[in-house]
Amino acid sequence: MEKKEIICISCPLGCRVEVRGDGENIESIEGNQCPQGREYAREEFMNPTRILPTTVRVSGGELPLVSVKTEAPIPRDKIFSAMDQIAQVTVEAPVKLGEVIIEDLVGTGVSLVATRRVLSDKKAADGEKV
Amino acid sequence: MVSEFKDKYQLVIIGAGPAGLGAALAAEERGVKDILLLERDYFLGGILPQCIHNGFGLDYFGEELTGPEYAHRFIDRIPESTVQVMDETMVLDITPDKEITALNRHQGVQKIEAKAVLLAMGCRERTREAIKIPGDRTAGVLTAGTAQRYINIEGYLPGRKVIVLGSGDIGLIMARRMTLEGAEVDSVLEIMPYSSGLVRNKVQCLDDFDIPLKLNHTLTRIEGDKRVERVVVSRVNDDLEPVPGSEQTVECDTVLLAVGLIPENELTKQMGIELDPVTGGAVVNEQRETEINGVFACGNVLQVHDLVDYVTEESEIAARAVSEYLSRRRKKRRKKIKLTAGEQITYVVPHRIDYVYQDKDKKTLKLFLRSSVPVEEAELKVVDDRGQELISSRKKIVTPGEMETIILPLQFLDEDIEELTVSVTKASQGAD
Amino acid sequence: MKADIVIIGGGVTGTAVARKLTEYELDIILVEKEADLASGTSKANSGIVHAGYNADPETMKGQLNIQANPLFDKLCSDLNVPFQRTGSLVVGFNQQDLETIKQKKENGDKIGIPGLEIIGRRRLQKIEPHINDRARWALYAPSAGIVSPHELTIALGENAAQNGLQVMLENKVEDIETEKGALKAVVTNRERIECDVVINAAGVYADSIARMAGDEMVIRPRKGEYFIFDREYGDLINHVLFPTPTETSKGILVTATAHGNLLVGPNAYPAGKEDLATTSGGLVEIMKGAVKLIPDLPRGGVISSFAGLRAAAPSEDFIISPSPSVWGFIHAAGIQSPGLTAAPATAERVEQLVKGYYPSERLVKKDDFQETLPEKPHLYDYDEGDLEDWNEYIDRREDYGEVVCRCEHVTRGEIIDALHSPVPAQTLDAIKRRARAGMGRCQGGFCGPRVVEIIAEELGISPREVTKKGPGSEILQEKTKDLRLKKKTADKENRDNQRQEGKYKDPAQDAAKNAEQDAEQATEQAAEQDTEPKTEKQLQQVKIESGGADGE
Repeated sequence: MEKKEIICISCPLGCRVEVRGDGENIESIEGNQCPQGREYAREEFMNPTRILPTTVRVSGGELPLVSVKTEAPIPRDKIFSAMDQIAQVTVEAPVKLGEVIIEDLVGTGVSLVATRRVLSDKKAADGEKV
Repeated sequence: MVSEFKDKYQLVIIGAGPAGLGAALAAEERGVKDILLLERDYFLGGILPQCIHNGFGLDYFGEELTGPEYAHRFIDRIPESTVQVMDETMVLDITPDKEITALNRHQGVQKIEAKAVLLAMGCRERTREAIKIPGDRTAGVLTAGTAQRYINIEGYLPGRKVIVLGSGDIGLIMARRMTLEGAEVDSVLEIMPYSSGLVRNKVQCLDDFDIPLKLNHTLTRIEGDKRVERVVVSRVNDDLEPVPGSEQTVECDTVLLAVGLIPENELTKQMGIELDPVTGGAVVNEQRETEINGVFACGNVLQVHDLVDYVTEESEIAARAVSEYLSRRRKKRRKKIKLTAGEQITYVVPHRIDYVYQDKDKKTLKLFLRSSVPVEEAELKVVDDRGQELISSRKKIVTPGEMETIILPLQFLDEDIEELTVSVTKASQGAD
Repeated sequence: MKADIVIIGGGVTGTAVARKLTEYELDIILVEKEADLASGTSKANSGIVHAGYNADPETMKGQLNIQANPLFDKLCSDLNVPFQRTGSLVVGFNQQDLETIKQKKENGDKIGIPGLEIIGRRRLQKIEPHINDRARWALYAPSAGIVSPHELTIALGENAAQNGLQVMLENKVEDIETEKGALKAVVTNRERIECDVVINAAGVYADSIARMAGDEMVIRPRKGEYFIFDREYGDLINHVLFPTPTETSKGILVTATAHGNLLVGPNAYPAGKEDLATTSGGLVEIMKGAVKLIPDLPRGGVISSFAGLRAAAPSEDFIISPSPSVWGFIHAAGIQSPGLTAAPATAERVEQLVKGYYPSERLVKKDDFQETLPEKPHLYDYDEGDLEDWNEYIDRREDYGEVVCRCEHVTRGEIIDALHSPVPAQTLDAIKRRARAGMGRCQGGFCGPRVVEIIAEELGISPREVTKKGPGSEILQEKTKDLRLKKKTADKENRDNQRQEGKYKDPAQDAAKNAEQDAEQATEQAAEQDTEPKTEKQLQQVKIESGGADGE
C-alpha cells in the first residue's frame, strides 16, 4: 500500500491531495477541494504522464533546431529515454508545422511533432526561401 | 511578394510579437488600411518562438499550444493580409508627432510618418547588475531568457551545472529545460516565501526532476576567475535581507537569473510619454491610448502579462481603438474616470476611462489587475467615488503571480463617476 | 624573437609609452598577459582627468598630473576618444570642509592650476541643481574633465600599432634574462624576446616583474568599487563631484561618464592582486557616500557595478626610474590616481629615460608618424536630428544598417570593425570596450547571442570557442543535444563498469535494466539507420532472438 502526496495543478490553490493505493487500486483520495482535483490526483497517482516539449536538430535549415512536442502525454518515467532518442535524430529542412519527426517515441505509441515551420537554407531561383 | 515600402502609413506597429501581430491582423479586420509592422529580429513572433513549452492558447484558442504554435496562428495569416512587415529593422526614435526613425540594411535610416502608432515592444529582463549581486564578473552569468534563446534558437547550452535565481515561470521552465538537455540544476532560489510561478510549473519542472525549490533564499555572491565556479546562497528574513550565518556555498558553473521583466519603454520615454512606475508601462486609457493622441500601447510593453492569451485580447482592444481613432468615431466622456489601485492591489490597467461607447457590440470593459499578496477566498470589488459598489466577484484564490480581470458592464458607468477603486479582501473581512 | 624595446603591460601607461616610443624608428613590442589591452586597472577607474590642485609638486605623480592635464584636448581629438572638460567641484558642508577647500585652492594657485574658484551656496545650487542642499561651498576647478579610460588606452595602443607597435596579447612575462648586469631578453609563456630595453608597466604585478630583474619593489593593491547608472541619469549632474577629502579618505565621488552614464565610487581597502570582486558592504558604502552629494540619486537605475585595483607603492607615489640592478630596465610602476591623467606625461618621462640607453643616432624620429587615428563610425554618436547622415556609412557597407546592440545603438558593421581593429578584439569584453555593445541597461542580454554569432562567423571559429575575456571564459559549453548524448554514453559506461565489478546484486533488476538498455540501444541503432524505432514488443522479440537478457 502506497501513500503519495500529490500537488494538484488544476488551479492556483495547489491543494495537497493524499492518495492511498497500490499499482492496481486506489483506496482513498483526500485533500482535494473539487472534483477536478480528485480526477487529477487519481491520474497522477496511477499513471503520471507529461507532454514533452523540446527541440530536434535540423540540417540545412534556416535555424539549427526545430521545436517539437509529443502529440499526447507520455509516461513520466520515459522522459529521459525519450530525450536520449531525440538527441540522436537530425531532421532535414524544410520542416512543416505539425510534421511527424519521430513516429513512436520510445515505444509509447505517441508521435513527436514539429511545433513550427523551418524553411531550408537554400533559396529557390527567385530568391524565396524554400 | 512585398510591395514597395512607403514613408507614410495609417498605422505603424513597433514589434511583431504576439501583441503587434494580433493588433495588426485585428486592425486590418476592422478596416484599417496601410499597416506597417516593424520588427527588429529576423523572424516574427517576438519571444514566442523560443518558448517551446506548452501552456499557451487555452483561453484564446481553447487548445493547449506551445509558444511557436501560438505564434504560427498569427504569422501564417500575415501573407494573405495587407499588412506590410519590415523585419531586421530597429526603431531608433519616435517623435511626439509620430514620425518614426527606423534603420535596416536595405533601406538604411528612414523616416516614416504614421497617423497612429502602436507600441508593442515587449519586455527586457532584469539583470544581475541591476539587483546588485556582488562578486566576480565572469562568464556563465546570464538571464533565463537569454539562456532560452541560446538553447532553443541558437542551439547551444550555456552551462553544465546550474543554479537558478527566481521561481517565476521562466525560472522554472528553464530549470526543466537545462535538465532535459543533460545539465545538472542544483536548485531554484526564491527570495519570497512563495513562488510566483504556476503550480503546474513547480510540479512539472522541479518536482518531476527532484530539483529543490528554496523559498526565502537568495544569491549573495558569485565567485570565479574566468567563469562561475561557485555561488553563495543565503536565507533571508522577513525584510528580504540575508541572514548572517546562513550562507552556503554551491559549486556550479552557470547562474540563470529570472528576476523580473521590465517593459522596454525607451522609445516611449523618448516621446515624453508618462509611465506608471508600478507597471513600468505607459499610463493609458481604456483604449490603450497614451497621453499622446493616436499613440497606443499593448502587450508586455504596457503591463507584464503571464498569459499570452491576454496579450492577444489586449491587442484586439488596441486594434479596435486604433480604428475608432482613425475613423474619428470616438466620443469623450464629460468627466474622465480615474482607476485607482485600492486595498491589496498593486495596479489596475487601464488607468483611465475616457470615452463613451454606443456600439451595440461593446457592452463591457475588462480591467486587468494584480493583487499585492496571495489572498484565499478573495473578494474583488470595484467601488465608485460615491462609495457605491459596482461589481463584486469571488475567487478561490488570487495571487500576485496571476493577473486577474474584472468585467465591468459599461451601463454601470454613469456620467458623474470620476473615480473607481479596485480592491481585494478576504471574503470574511471588509465592511458589508 | 628580437626587438629594441619591450613594454610589459597593456594598460594606459604601457600604451601611452608605446605611442610615444613608436615616434622613433625602433622595433617595439608590447606584451600583455590578458586577452586585450585595458584589461586591468585601466578599465576599472573613475575616468577623471584631474585638474591638479591636489597635486604635490614634490611628487612624481603631482608633477606629471600638472604637466599632462593640458595635453588632453589635442590627444583625445587626435585619437577620437570622448573627453569633456566638465570641470570639478570639491563640495563642502561645514567650516572644517571650507578650511580644507581653501588649502586646496592655495595649493592649486601656487602650482598654477587655472581658474580655481571657491563658490558659495547659491552659485553651487545653480550650476548643480541636484546637489545636496546642505552643501555650502565648493572648490570649482574648470580644467578637470572626464574621459573614457578604456577607450583612451585602446586608442593609444591602436595608434601605436598603426605606427609599428607589435602587440602580443595573452603573453605573460615569466622571466627576465640578464647578462652581465644588462638586459638580455624577456621570456613570456609563449615567446622569448631579445631586447635592449624593457619598460615595466605591469600594474599590480609590477613588483613581480621588478623582482625578476632583481629589484626590490612592493605593490600593495587597494581595491575600489563602483556603480554605473543608466545613461538616462547622466544629465543629473554637470561636473565631477568630490566630497571634501578627510585625513583618511579621498571620498566617494559622483560623475557623469564620457558616454553619459553616471558613475559613483570608489571606496578603498587593501585587496589581493586577483581580487576584483565587488562586495555587498562595499556597494552599500559607495551608494551611501554618493547619496551625501546627490540625495536623489536614482538607486534603482544601477546597470552595472565593478571593482578596480590601484597599484599602490608604499611611497604612494609613482616609480618612474631606471632599475638600479639591470641596465636597460625602466620602471613605470606604482601607478594609482592620477595615473590616467598623468599617462601622456608619464610617457614623456619614460621617453627621457629611454634616451639614456640609446646613442642619439639610434633615436631617429619617423617622418611618417601618424598622430591621428582614422575615425571609426559609431551610430551612437548620431542624434535624432542627424541620424539620416548615417546612411553614408550604410551605402559603403550594409552591415552598418543592422543594429545589434539595442541599448547602445551599435551596428554589426561596428562590431566587425572592432574585430579588425589595429589591435583586434577577439572576445566579448574586447568588443564591448571598442564598440560599446553590451554596455547598456540590458548588459548584453539582447546582443550577447548576436555578438557571439558575429565573432564566430568573422573569426571562423565555433560559437563554443567565443569567450568573454580569454580562455576559460567561454560563453557556451555544449551544442544542444551533445550533453545529452555524452551523458547517455557515460551512464551506460558506468552501468557496464558497475556490472562488471559486481556492484549490481539483483539479477532480476539486472535483467530488467539490461532489457531497457538493449531497447534503448536498438532504438539508437534504428535511429542511426533512419528506420523507424521499434515498439516494445518488437524489441522484446529482438532480444529473445539474440539469446536472452545478457546478450548484446
